[in-house]
Amino acid sequence: MSSSQAVLFFFIQALNGVQLGLLLFLVASGLTLIFGIMGVINLAHGSFYMLGAYLAFSFAEISGSLWLAILIAVPLTVLLGLALEFLLFRFLYARDHLYQVLLTYGLILVFEELRSLLFGDDVHGVAVPDFLNFSIPLTDTLSYPVYRLFLSAVCLAVAGGLYLLIQRTRLGMTIRAGAVNREMVQSLGIDIGLLYRIVFALGVALAAFAGMIAAPVASVFPGMGNQILIISFVIVVIGGIGSIKGAFLGSLLIGLADTFGQVYAPETAGMTVYMLMAAVLLWRPAGLFGRART
Amino acid sequence: MTRRLSAASLLPSLVAVALVAFPAVAGKFYLQLSSGIMIMAIFAMSLNLLVGCTGLVSLGHAAFFGVGAYALLLLSPQYAPASLWLTLPAAVGAAALAALAIGLLVLRSSGVYFIMATLAFAQMFFYYANGAKWLGGSDGAYIFAKPDAALFSVAPFKLADNTHFYYVALALMAATYGLLRLLLRAPFGRVLEGIRVNEQRMRSLGFATFRYKLVSFVIAGGLAGLAGYLDAAQFGFVNPELFGWRQSGTVLMMVILGGAGAVHGPILGAVALVLLQEVLADATRHWLLPMGLFIILAVLALPGGLAGLRPPRAMRRRPEARRV
Amino acid sequence: MTKATETASRRRVLAGLAAGAAAGFLPARFAIGQQAKVKLGLMLPYTGTYAALGKNIDEAFRLALAEKGGRLGGREVEYVVLDDESDPAKGAENANKLVSRDKVDVLIGTVHSGVAMAMVKVATDNDSLLIIPNAGADAATGPACAPNIFRTSFSNWQPGFAMGKVAAARGQKRAVAVSWDYAAGHESINGFKEGFAAGGGKVENELLLPFPQVEFQAILTQIAALKPELVYTFFAGGGAVKFVKDYAAAGLGNSVPLVGAGFLTDGTLAAQGAAAQGLETTLHYADGLDLPKDKAFRAAFKKAANREADVYAVQGYDTGQLLVAGLAAVKGEVTARKELIAAMEKAEIDSPRGKFTLSKAHNPVQDIYLRKVQGLENRYVSVAAKALADPARGCKMV
Repeated sequence: MSSSQAVLFFFIQALNGVQLGLLLFLVASGLTLIFGIMGVINLAHGSFYMLGAYLAFSFAEISGSLWLAILIAVPLTVLLGLALEFLLFRFLYARDHLYQVLLTYGLILVFEELRSLLFGDDVHGVAVPDFLNFSIPLTDTLSYPVYRLFLSAVCLAVAGGLYLLIQRTRLGMTIRAGAVNREMVQSLGIDIGLLYRIVFALGVALAAFAGMIAAPVASVFPGMGNQILIISFVIVVIGGIGSIKGAFLGSLLIGLADTFGQVYAPETAGMTVYMLMAAVLLWRPAGLFGRART
Repeated sequence: MTRRLSAASLLPSLVAVALVAFPAVAGKFYLQLSSGIMIMAIFAMSLNLLVGCTGLVSLGHAAFFGVGAYALLLLSPQYAPASLWLTLPAAVGAAALAALAIGLLVLRSSGVYFIMATLAFAQMFFYYANGAKWLGGSDGAYIFAKPDAALFSVAPFKLADNTHFYYVALALMAATYGLLRLLLRAPFGRVLEGIRVNEQRMRSLGFATFRYKLVSFVIAGGLAGLAGYLDAAQFGFVNPELFGWRQSGTVLMMVILGGAGAVHGPILGAVALVLLQEVLADATRHWLLPMGLFIILAVLALPGGLAGLRPPRAMRRRPEARRV
Repeated sequence: MTKATETASRRRVLAGLAAGAAAGFLPARFAIGQQAKVKLGLMLPYTGTYAALGKNIDEAFRLALAEKGGRLGGREVEYVVLDDESDPAKGAENANKLVSRDKVDVLIGTVHSGVAMAMVKVATDNDSLLIIPNAGADAATGPACAPNIFRTSFSNWQPGFAMGKVAAARGQKRAVAVSWDYAAGHESINGFKEGFAAGGGKVENELLLPFPQVEFQAILTQIAALKPELVYTFFAGGGAVKFVKDYAAAGLGNSVPLVGAGFLTDGTLAAQGAAAQGLETTLHYADGLDLPKDKAFRAAFKKAANREADVYAVQGYDTGQLLVAGLAAVKGEVTARKELIAAMEKAEIDSPRGKFTLSKAHNPVQDIYLRKVQGLENRYVSVAAKALADPARGCKMV
């Protein structure tokens, strides 16, 4: 391979890494929101991702359109988030984190079995929408699927939207204030319970939306939530809990590390992201953008 | 930890008698099942030293369980038995050593960061064992002969005998329990308790909290190695999943379900979780559903876990003493 | 929601079967003078990633027995079912439960290789009869082989070797192998290498991905840089779906042909869609085999389970057939172990995949087919390797 070719392939791998990172951000951002603002460790976050993918699959089967499926499914997941918050999670805020871990672990089992009962155990695929179903040639043998670029664009848009929501809107201001001092916000006459319910539903919807939009490239299969859950936690921790900016940077780091790890150190590829996380925590024990707290 | 014990002072002796007499009435399988539960109980108690007593929630405790198990594999000759008296201390030592190395790194972080840092190291072990041909790779490896208990060519017991194995597991579980009770009653335990409630304060009182946490981490790792060793010895099979996050998660569930804090809580948690799955998986193929619902209800209805020994106010999160 | 109703009705059939079985067996347990029942322990994944495979094996196994009047060697049958969750950490414990608690006469399982190896250990220690209906771990009929351990599916080596032969016969010389970095992947690739090298081909690179990750872009980019003549793969389930789709989307399908062990396109075609069309794979089963036995089996399975049969169902069915043959020879007397094993060793199984026998190591000696994806079928193309036996390296019975 000539050196110019080597450079080209290096850039393609970098593109792969960034694209993977952006997709991971979509899941991790919801996790860090719930985590940082409400102080709830939600192990069931991966289940929402899986649920989104299965909903996209079944609605797309019926309606024939992924867009329509997403349009129907997103409100459903928001409702699910509101219901779960009302039924279960609001009892968890005052509890030790340990019990949040236990309860949400129970939820994983419930969702896994419900998935099996409702959708079966088969592997499914969701077709890429027609007008995005083509690839751009990069080299003589390799081309890049446009849907992946589209995905990246959506993820960037969501990231921007979240940033604006948290930093620039009244709701975002209240959310930020609530994360720092619950009592103060309450004393200002703001219904903190309602606020939390909204944040939680937003987090659930983000994870589910990630599952829906990723379904055409990720395919839909049992246990898909577990894989993404762990990697999302890694990202949240690298970035610093509660920090959207940190989750964004962490996602890109993980995406790149995972991609280049496979290329340059395939023997230890499974360990790359964990080594990265360990290294970051040694350097900054509260993540890149985390507020130090014990 | 000792509160309320007087109220039920008769119960422990009754349980002890029942446990000792159990092999007289139980068949082979129930002996093996109980041995398995006791192994998990040792594992859970070791984790509880971190979670319940020191306030360090680890989601990578299986790393040390796995080290103990794989140590037996590596120390066993291909088809001949290895000496119990050499391999057991060696396995515990190896696990403790691994805990020392990892503890030096992960104990710098705390809370959720600590959870994830421990998970990270366990995952590294998992992926390493998965790819390592000399450890048997992803399909695992066999230990063909059970460790030999002979001392100077006299064998006081045989691990291949299920009843003997049961008593060994029981004795080691009791020893673990006793050791942890002693530790926690000693000044060392009070310092750990202090760290759990408020590390900052302990530090300002002049305690080198990092060292205390490290010692706690190493002891917990060594005991987890003991459990792993027994697990590998029981069926003679090791697999990288022993390092896996599922394993770490399961044992953490046992600790929380049992009621983190009480020394005997993890035993209750181990018994409950294993038996519950036995019963549910036998009853229905969709056992995950009732299992999940049970766990959720347990959290909502049993604020102190099964042991229920912790006073309710300790369950409430205090801003200055968030434990995770 | 056609999907949901289909699932529901499938479950009703299952529940009906179970209830029928229970009603039929319970009174007999207490009947005096009746012969003991044959107790079968099914240890399969009923939850998790491999649940669909486990369920197909289970139902086809029961179908094989039901076709013989639901009896084995004249005796009634009792099932003990256990969900192994595909968790190797609990594998030995679970297998032991069936052996020591339920005292099953025959242990049957499983899909996941790591769990199957745990079962092999327990079966060896307790001298229990074990039949493996899927897991392809070479070791089970290699170094760990034993008189009481049988397999009715395949060894990972077999489809790989056959594909290597096919590729070499086409004059291809330079291949890249892609799989997960786990035992099944290594074994399948080794088989391919061996078959390929025999015809003068060489696997120049092995690109291995940590199991069970499914992000393939980095590997696909590497393939594009390496420009081999073909790519050999071993993937199954969700990973197979994603790999095939990603491979096509990366445009590699036009310049570098993708081939693989048949699991790449088995049970996954609907999900893979257009991306899988024309893919060639090797396996011990195919669509369009034009065997009367196959047609009869497919119709019967569809009637019983209300879905199409696949290779996993075939393996489950043949596990049943092997037991039927063995126990018929000893008239249901499971304790006549020596005779039972001898009969099973000698049995010629009239499988939907075509007739096969067992090797000395107890692995099928079977035709491996070259298949090509057409629509939702893996159409039979030719026999890639006739009566192929696993080399059973390290097995002392050979």
